[in-house]
Amino acid sequence: MDIQAIHPLVILFAAITTNNILLTNFLGMCSFLAVSKELESSVGLGVAVIFVSTLTAPLCWAVNTWVLVPYQLEYLQYIVFIMVVAAFVQIVEMIIERVSETLYLTLGIFLPLITVNCCILGCILFLVIRQYTFWQSIAYGFGAGTGWAIAIVALAGIKERMKKRSKVIPELEGPGISLIITGIIAMAFVGFSGITKIN
Amino acid sequence: MTEVFTSVFILTSISLVLVLLLLIAEYFFANYGECTIDINKGERVLKVQGGNSLLRTLSETKLFLPSGCGGRGSCGTCKCKVVSGVGQVLPTEIPYLNPTELKENVRLACQVKVKQNVQIEVPEELLSVKEFETVIEKYVPLTHDIRGLRFKLPEGETVKFKAGQFVNLVSEPYGDVTESTSRAYSISSAPSDNKALELIIRLVPNGIVTTYVFEHLKEGAKAKLIGPYGEFFLRDSDREIICIAGGSGLAPIRSIVLDMIDRGISNRKCTFFFGAVNVRDVYYVDEFKALEAKHPWFKFVPALSGKEEGHGFERGLITDVVARHYGTLDNHEAYLCGSPGMIGACVKVLTGKGLPENRVFYDKFS
Repeated sequence: MDIQAIHPLVILFAAITTNNILLTNFLGMCSFLAVSKELESSVGLGVAVIFVSTLTAPLCWAVNTWVLVPYQLEYLQYIVFIMVVAAFVQIVEMIIERVSETLYLTLGIFLPLITVNCCILGCILFLVIRQYTFWQSIAYGFGAGTGWAIAIVALAGIKERMKKRSKVIPELEGPGISLIITGIIAMAFVGFSGITKIN
Repeated sequence: MTEVFTSVFILTSISLVLVLLLLIAEYFFANYGECTIDINKGERVLKVQGGNSLLRTLSETKLFLPSGCGGRGSCGTCKCKVVSGVGQVLPTEIPYLNPTELKENVRLACQVKVKQNVQIEVPEELLSVKEFETVIEKYVPLTHDIRGLRFKLPEGETVKFKAGQFVNLVSEPYGDVTESTSRAYSISSAPSDNKALELIIRLVPNGIVTTYVFEHLKEGAKAKLIGPYGEFFLRDSDREIICIAGGSGLAPIRSIVLDMIDRGISNRKCTFFFGAVNVRDVYYVDEFKALEAKHPWFKFVPALSGKEEGHGFERGLITDVVARHYGTLDNHEAYLCGSPGMIGACVKVLTGKGLPENRVFYDKFS
């Protein structure tokens, strides 16, 4: 099947469900485990990831298609993508800080955290490897970010409820129980497989 | 070969474009234009370029808030009250602020950004804290291991301090010492002598700054002083004053006594006990004897604890000399400066004679 014929909306749906970047590729785990303690901050980080992945996906697609591929410099992808993402996040942070203080406090302070997040770089590398078109890239970036955000919000919600109701044995408290919960959510997401396929 | 050049060229151009974009963004978005910082309700108004942290902006105008970590938000010492002009408390500040401070708008100056006109309140003393680029005007050996230094301030500059306070002397890198560092020394000159600062420095074996002073400073050399700081100064009251010092601890006491003379405080008796071991360790004796002769309220009691005889000074440990001198201490105040051991012993003697501990003020070498 020709990958470029897939409708962007299908890619969007698949990126959230069957190909969830966190639950099937386990990318972006460090901030996922660290920030999932509170629902509020996990929503903030989730929104920040959606924002950054949606905007850096077409940006890096453009850099790759128009600069790296024509000069056969694909081996520089990692370093160039990291630079582009870092610079982009910096600029966005400056703008947000200037424009809205509320937005800065809810979104801006998370931005530096995801500059070097592997789910962003992973998302960009996937879309380059799978040779998505421009619109597919935007859809994939948005989908991957949304999928990641859904996963962290789900985990934070579960953890907040567990804090009140369940007794976790001390040895498993913290990252241990988080990984087990993540595994169970990932298994639930396996239920989506077969609906659609994008790679 | 061309491939290498193309890749280097492309990578460099991409970096350049990104840097350019960042610079443009910084120019348009992180540029907050000229802002004013109003300190202590108009006592000082600074015109500054916005966009940096309050701590950095203030230090650029040579107003130094205390800061331990250098602005990384990890020590919490750069607290200052921000009346208006900055937004709500940041998550990075909360761990360092207690509920009362939060209520009184105390913020961490290193985390708060100057984006508009800001009103702040800082302790009065900090306003006079400055960095002075001085020139050593006099460098006198006072004893075999103590030097007296006079630092001349730049033309037209003056310093305002309370007698008894200290300044930090900054040493430049030398020999194996690769970093500039600083140590606190009490000011020995009078506040009225405000165009220069005098310090008395005793050689600490292997001490970074004292070695610098002894081996690398001479008359005409440049030196950086930051200050004044400190809570050791003469309290306003009409009680009799007992001053006790050892070694270079004489410095703040000298400043206090000279200040009393300048201010015409003659209703308070003041006795200065200066403890040393041998004759070669005492200095400024003639100066203090002259003051004693001129001012009936002042008495100078040097005391030597060594075995030497025939020097005419009191003999014994300084604590014993003080103990011999006084009966009950009911209307006195004590000012001590010296080693922690000496201060501990003196506090014991003084409180043993009925002096309440809150009337004993001291400056411990540490």
